Amino acid sequence: MKYVDEYRNKDLILSVSEKLKSISRKEIVLMEVCGGHTMAIHRFGLHELLPPTIRLISGPGCPVCVSSQHFIDKAMAYSKVPGVIITTYGDLIRVPGSSTSLEKERANGSDVRIVYSVLESLEIAKDNPQKKVVFLGIGFETTAPLTAAAILQAKKENIPNFFVLSAHKVMPPVMKALVDEGVKIDGFIAPGHVSAITGTAIYDDLASVCGLGVVISGFEPADMMQAVLMLTTQIEAGTPKVEVQYQRVVQHDGNKVARKVLEDVFELRDDSWRGLGTIPLSGLKIREELSSFDAEIEFNVDVPASTEPRGCICGQILRGLKTPLDCPLFARKCTPSDPVGACMVSGEGTCATYYKYRS
Amino acid sequence: MLSHGSGGKMMHKLIEDLFVHHFKNNILDEQTDAAILPVDTSEIAFTTDSFVIDPLFFPGGNIGKLAVCGTVNDLAVSGAQPLYLSVSFILEEGFPMNELETIVKSLAEEAKKAGVLIVTGDTKVVNKGKCDKLFINTAGVGQIKKEDRDICKGLNIKPGDVIIINGTIGDHGMAVMNARESFNFKAHVESDCACLNHLIREVLNQSSVKFMRDPTRGGVATVLNELVGKIGYGIEIEESALPVTKGVKAMCEVLGFDPLHIANEGKVVIVADEKEGQKILDLLRNNELGTQSAIIGKVVSDHSGKVVLRNETGGRRIVDSLSGDQLPRIC
Repeated sequence: MKYVDEYRNKDLILSVSEKLKSISRKEIVLMEVCGGHTMAIHRFGLHELLPPTIRLISGPGCPVCVSSQHFIDKAMAYSKVPGVIITTYGDLIRVPGSSTSLEKERANGSDVRIVYSVLESLEIAKDNPQKKVVFLGIGFETTAPLTAAAILQAKKENIPNFFVLSAHKVMPPVMKALVDEGVKIDGFIAPGHVSAITGTAIYDDLASVCGLGVVISGFEPADMMQAVLMLTTQIEAGTPKVEVQYQRVVQHDGNKVARKVLEDVFELRDDSWRGLGTIPLSGLKIREELSSFDAEIEFNVDVPASTEPRGCICGQILRGLKTPLDCPLFARKCTPSDPVGACMVSGEGTCATYYKYRS
Repeated sequence: MLSHGSGGKMMHKLIEDLFVHHFKNNILDEQTDAAILPVDTSEIAFTTDSFVIDPLFFPGGNIGKLAVCGTVNDLAVSGAQPLYLSVSFILEEGFPMNELETIVKSLAEEAKKAGVLIVTGDTKVVNKGKCDKLFINTAGVGQIKKEDRDICKGLNIKPGDVIIINGTIGDHGMAVMNARESFNFKAHVESDCACLNHLIREVLNQSSVKFMRDPTRGGVATVLNELVGKIGYGIEIEESALPVTKGVKAMCEVLGFDPLHIANEGKVVIVADEKEGQKILDLLRNNELGTQSAIIGKVVSDHSGKVVLRNETGGRRIVDSLSGDQLPRIC
């Protein structure tokens, strides 16, 4: 298959592996920020192809995993309001809130529907004018433009019963926060699809101020091996910079149309991340002029502050400080069919990935 | 209409004009409360399955064809020769008669192809909203020879034994998903829905098989994981050997699915001694339901209780069963 087979070419991947082994001297820690990268590393067994000097750790880039418990609790509170239809991407319905999950609420009679695109939510809103349709907006700069486009479309078509509960987040502040916190990271493997939207400049500070290399990578095994090689080369030479491995998709300026849509609909706000606390200017809030589509304005539902489950170390895993194997709940009390923490829920969560491929 | 399930004249007309007309055979014609079945064996195999698929019609089949294949295949992979089926319909009030007729015709056609008789049945009509259009239950009876009765147990499996499948994986699940959701994938993906009893009989008559199972919901991964749980060895499969159509592969890449977890309705996983492998492969490939058969892996003494996949780049990963529904990735 085009754009897949050539990037899974065994000889190519093994030759990059050999090159890495020949140039790697320093002991380094690289963080793959995105859950998609974590999945690819485990799915293709890339750990086995790296020299022992290079350690990969997983970061906070799984949208389901970093959505706060309070967000889930809010979504569940809305789902109990009569006449409300909750629409959401699939993984989210299993994430445990303080007491239950959307999946369980659905079994109890709430109208919770899985959609594959936010545009399906718009269709549901049009088909059910007497109901209020809430879309749970999660994800980074990758999915946020779609939500933004849907809000603009709802405005254009005058669909008054479509609302978004936004937990959309942006990538750079959390990466910076980890560095500021003192997590040992020598370089970042950054998600290619984020930069397909934002361009490359969002990481300039990490390189120039923090002195860390960032390589924006694709998701196939050859992409990721090349990204590791590029980062290792930078680190060995002591020349950290922002580089693009994923050149077939990422342009320096990103996608200008998508950036404009994002800008028109959302503004930055301080946001709370599961296990990581509040990170300044890391979340996306619907702008005031579009607040009639903001579920938090529409629904006056009081949701008490939530506490994270005891014993769960998702926060430390999302910081790259620990691996799931360090967690006393992992594969015992916390499994994909009965998850305690969000990292076990999403198919791209670090715990679920470890469980699937390593347990 | 509700009256079609009331037990009155309308129901009798429906039974006569539609079901008896299409399923016609001597046993059904007697129209007694219970079918009396001649069976030439001391042991019978008996199974049942309910079909609630949405949408009712999908590329490669419909709920009627599926209801026959599902039950026939459950009997066939158990080593039995399927003989008789029951068919029960639960209809939602207002279900279009022409669609019902198309489905009933498919049922009859598929039963004829498989060589099984539909000998008894039932019809209920429920109020609008109390069921989703149409549900079908089929139960099946088959006769089983003494020498085949342990095939479902997987006894005597040992390291070196080969794992064989009769063709491409994941076609049914992806065809249904493509028909159900608004993906608008251009890839043509068709369900593999088919009765495997004749194919399996050929293999059993001419070779020696240690285990068979149809990888329906949960896919090949689930069958292999259930098997390693029983045999005390591991299984290693080769990613490059897995037959997957381009369309299924592309859909799986886009949605983040693993074809090993996707449902099949016309596939059988066979475990056999290495020496029998080629013979079975030849037998399968000579049948139109097995042209793309392949040896996909083997039983190994390492990693007991685990299924490990060796991928094309030489890396290895564990293949687990699914915990719940496979959900598409977000980004």
